[in-house]
Amino acid sequence: MNPDLFFQYMLAGITYGFLYAIVAIGFNIIYNTTGIINFAQGEFVMLGGMFAITLNNILPLPLAIAAAVVITMLIGALLEILFIRWLDNPSVLRMIIITIGLSILIRELALHFWGETVFSLPYFTGNELSTVSILGAKVSPQVLWVIGVSIIMVTALSLFFKFTFTGQQMRACAANRLAARLCGINAKNMVTFSFMLSAGIGAVAGSVISPITYTQYDIGPGLAIKGFTVAILGGLGNSVAAVIAGLLLGLIESFSIIVIPLAFQEAVSISILLIILFVRPHGLFGRSDTASLKEF
Amino acid sequence: MRQYFPLCIFLALVVLIQLVTQITETAFYLTQLTMSAYYSLLIIGLCTIMGYAGQISLGHAGFFAIGGYLSAGLTTHNLQPFADTGITSLLDKAGLLVSSKDLYGDTLLTVHPWIACIVAISTAVIIALVLGGPVLKLKGHYLAMATLGFGIIIFRIAMATPYFGEADGLSGVPSFTLLPGITVSGDFGARIINYYIAWGTVLIGMLLLINLVNSRMGRALSALHGSEEAAQAMGVNTARAKLLTFVLSAAYAALAGVLLTHYNGSIGPGEAGVMKSVRYVAIVAIGGMAHLWGALIIGTLLNFMSMRGLFGSYDDAVFGIILILIMLFAPQGLLRLHIWKHIQKIKPKKHGTA
Repeated sequence: MNPDLFFQYMLAGITYGFLYAIVAIGFNIIYNTTGIINFAQGEFVMLGGMFAITLNNILPLPLAIAAAVVITMLIGALLEILFIRWLDNPSVLRMIIITIGLSILIRELALHFWGETVFSLPYFTGNELSTVSILGAKVSPQVLWVIGVSIIMVTALSLFFKFTFTGQQMRACAANRLAARLCGINAKNMVTFSFMLSAGIGAVAGSVISPITYTQYDIGPGLAIKGFTVAILGGLGNSVAAVIAGLLLGLIESFSIIVIPLAFQEAVSISILLIILFVRPHGLFGRSDTASLKEF
Repeated sequence: MRQYFPLCIFLALVVLIQLVTQITETAFYLTQLTMSAYYSLLIIGLCTIMGYAGQISLGHAGFFAIGGYLSAGLTTHNLQPFADTGITSLLDKAGLLVSSKDLYGDTLLTVHPWIACIVAISTAVIIALVLGGPVLKLKGHYLAMATLGFGIIIFRIAMATPYFGEADGLSGVPSFTLLPGITVSGDFGARIINYYIAWGTVLIGMLLLINLVNSRMGRALSALHGSEEAAQAMGVNTARAKLLTFVLSAAYAALAGVLLTHYNGSIGPGEAGVMKSVRYVAIVAIGGMAHLWGALIIGTLLNFMSMRGLFGSYDDAVFGIILILIMLFAPQGLLRLHIWKHIQKIKPKKHGTA
């Protein structure tokens, strides 16, 4: 393989890797405050992209994306308030089925709004042909946008959880819900907030990635299962590890084309998920003794 | 004996429905009823692993597809070009192959449907055994995702393998003669016999499962559902009980796949899709999880309505909405709504005051 091709595969892997990492972080945020895996996480990415594309017809690109993110966040909050907030200590099985039902519902609504057409946002800078030269290799500027926005988002999130009062409250809920409530934290609001936050970052990722991967009503489930693979790979709840795991999965997937046909690409990443679940369910960076204390 | 009483009612109902369609000349309903029967066979199997053993499986369409696709592949692909190679001639001599003429008079050499059926179901059982070991150690979200992942892998394999017809699926699957005179086929004239084959299979399936649920094994399963640790402490081999139920439900799914594929004469990748698995889970949930009759009734009803096209293009959406509503308001299933309990509570009170 020549170095140029190698570099291109690597870039594709990194681009997708960041996308998976963002989805995984979305899983983590909700998981940390509620102990729920939100199976509709991939749909937030789809909604973000779709709203941005639709709004871009009447608004300039930055405003369209901002509005799309806000709308998706509101949808996230609405879903939580309508379907989850008032449930009294629901079982895991019940939550799995409800979030699966929600993902189907969102997908079907999207199908009726936008149809089966494949959409995409315009490139943020330049067009599909323009390239930036890095170390002698040609890179699409959109790839740099994806990488840049993802890094900013991950950094902002860790700062948010560490230094803001709301972030600390959310972390308190994650550590011990009862104790947090005894300290006067409104745990229910924190759950709503975590849904908004993870819908928001999903929507940002959906917009940034749209020019490269395109957006269609049914991209959600595929993203969700890969995002989940990454979340498990990094250890559920650990967002920094999710980025590393995301890049790892993205690279494995993009280089797997060399040996395995493209049609089997999804089967490859799911096989990785199965192997990880069987061998190291606490993730590459997690510890088995701490994982055994968590409730799945 | 009491537990077999519903089976008798069920049998009577099956015969009654057939007679009614005969009298009212609406025999065309039998086609969808037959297909619903095969889906119901999968659903009662899933009900045992989900409701009784408490293990969610989002990959049962995968087992259905393994059954259907293997059976279809083996009975449609022509082995004539390989007739002289060692394995094929050996199989031929053992009488495991059938030769027939196609439309153009060429000789077709294919695997006998019975052999294909046995191969398909054994493959599903072996995969369930291999997969079930590690998968059933997982709980909650991990189990859901792992089974979902398995389903997607099967779907992708069906979509990407030329042997299984890729996106087109396989068609031209021959009929399957179970016994002389009893043939699973989609022929117009064989509608009534096929209706009885399908529901007869469901009846036998139900009988087996009812016995299982009421046996020592069934009690072990419900103990396991309540609390795995407690069941273990009482001496239940939980891993073995879970695996056995999983394998059994996979075999039911594969059998349903084999029979429905021979009945339809074709199978497509849609049968392996995630939405199918979700639909089966939805039906079991609506029926009330640990409720074989509920799963059977709801499964037949919803599949029948769906195949009659009552939900139009909102087919998947309908199942999604039902799934959410049931889980929000009646997680114990529609047939076990608390309203029924309240009604029952009110009744004796009235008698008491009167």
